[in-house]
Amino acid sequence: MSEISRADVEHLAKLAHISMTEQELEKMAQELAVIVDSMATVSEAVSGEIPATSHPLPLTNVFREDEVGHVFTAEQSLLNAPDAEAGRFKVPAILDEE
Amino acid sequence: MTTHTHELIRLTAAEMAAKLRAGEITSVALTQAHLDRIAAVDGGERGINAFLHVSAEEALRTAAEVDAIRAAGGAEAEALHPLAGVPIAVKDLIVTQGQPTTAGSKMLDGWMSPYDATVVTKLRAAKLPILGKTNLDEFAMGSSTEHSAFGVTRNPWDISRIPGGSGGGSAAAVAAFEAPLALGTDTGGSIRQPGAMTGTVGGKPTYGAVSRYGAIAMASSLDQIGPVARTTEDAALLHELIAGHDPKDSTSLTGEVPALAETVRGAEVQGLRVGVIKQLQGEGYQEGVLARFHEALDALRAAGAEIVEVDCPSFEYALGAYYLIMPSEASSNLAKFDGVRYGTRVLPEVGPLTIERVMGSTRAAGFGDEVKRRIILGTYALSAGYYDAYYGSAQKVRTLIQQDFDAAFTKADVLISPTSPTVAFPLGEKDDDPLAMYLNDVATIPANLAGIPGLSVPGGLSEGLPVGIQFLAPIREDARVYRAGAALEKLLTQDAEPLWAQAPELAETAEAAAHAAGK
Repeated sequence: MSEISRADVEHLAKLAHISMTEQELEKMAQELAVIVDSMATVSEAVSGEIPATSHPLPLTNVFREDEVGHVFTAEQSLLNAPDAEAGRFKVPAILDEE
Repeated sequence: MTTHTHELIRLTAAEMAAKLRAGEITSVALTQAHLDRIAAVDGGERGINAFLHVSAEEALRTAAEVDAIRAAGGAEAEALHPLAGVPIAVKDLIVTQGQPTTAGSKMLDGWMSPYDATVVTKLRAAKLPILGKTNLDEFAMGSSTEHSAFGVTRNPWDISRIPGGSGGGSAAAVAAFEAPLALGTDTGGSIRQPGAMTGTVGGKPTYGAVSRYGAIAMASSLDQIGPVARTTEDAALLHELIAGHDPKDSTSLTGEVPALAETVRGAEVQGLRVGVIKQLQGEGYQEGVLARFHEALDALRAAGAEIVEVDCPSFEYALGAYYLIMPSEASSNLAKFDGVRYGTRVLPEVGPLTIERVMGSTRAAGFGDEVKRRIILGTYALSAGYYDAYYGSAQKVRTLIQQDFDAAFTKADVLISPTSPTVAFPLGEKDDDPLAMYLNDVATIPANLAGIPGLSVPGGLSEGLPVGIQFLAPIREDARVYRAGAALEKLLTQDAEPLWAQAPELAETAEAAAHAAGK
């Protein structure tokens, strides 16, 4: 199993949208290395023929009628919004200045 | 606290319900007794801190409603649910209208859910006064309730120790007589392990048996809501109340809810085949835990159960598979906390205000260390180049574990193990060792990976602290774990007080004493 470097964690943190300080990156890299090491046995335990299980029960194709159910009003939906304006969520710039 | 209050809160939920029906007590008095108890032992520096929010007014309103219906009599009184008027606490991972839901995270501090979880709708329909919301590890990620953003919960048996987790608040509330019943959620043991740590009963239903609509998701293929109580009968009554198909949860099971309370009342183990899982004992398990476990086996054997050993070789890889699958699903489920539509928004201190940078600083400030660790770990396990080795392999291990269970259940009707390898450890002991913390779940995780039901019941004390005994049964056979658990409970309390009645008296907090003196 490959080791997790500080640079790896920096990349992962970017993917996960979590800003991290140098110190945090360093600490997280050390902790994850230990954890990932202990998980490594998992890939050694299995071979190609074993089917994967993604869900504990064999449930497939749960259908329902395509009907309008309970809906929230715009006011209810915006009640917890960090910022709102004119009945809409207000967000910071989507595109950066570059 | 008056003698009357003291006696009321120590009844079982079933006894409370019977007294309410007989008109011997009112729900208002019963609910007030629990609110007084919460005021007496929950707050302050040495308080239990099981509750993040107490909703006294709302609980008393529901209680008064039940009392009025009972007083009026007639069809409406007849139609009341058997548990109507018995108060309950709800883990703060389950959303409630009119009461805050935080998931133990700064990310949701102050958030008010616009809807009720299905289980909460059921509690309201049955008219159980909801006392408040209980503490948990942030987003249910932990085994000690130390990862809550709102302070640790203390174990009523020893306030310097952890109550287990993630549902430490619900378990501690029930153990400390702050509530007779509580709801929990169990993704890798978060109902059963706190049950073991606090000498209470915790049930994890079959995956899909109880609707998860309105439970804030951690790992969707593992999460399950279940009952927390002091006796198996109480747990069974609550389990029956919350179970059943819900079209709002597409993983919800259809079919009849089994008669669990009835199973509990007539429970015996004559001829029951009880399988001891070879892999869930021995190394890593404390001597005192194993001693209680073997006494439980002896008691069951003496009562006519057939004890057999079962081999589950793939369990060796269960912990590894769990800590790949759970963070993978969590990293995806928690992506929605981005500071756009609800929850906390934190602006970066320097630089331009773009949405990406705002998300980064929001999630940096809103999530605690353990949540960040799991999100990063999950992102890693799912990333290109590692997916097959990690997530893919973990899913195959899941198949192997299901096969182990299938084979074991041809030899045994129920399986048995200690719920946790150790008794409650001191607060702060595993702060700097995430991996040691993960090992707490080694005996509870396999059930979640396979979707099967489990129940932890008190098995006695080791060094003055509770030990839990876990029963497991095949999918949809929840009644079997209640049968075995209730039978063991009966055997262990034949000549002794139940464990929950032996917990040390809690000191009332200075604030509560002052309040009482001023009354």
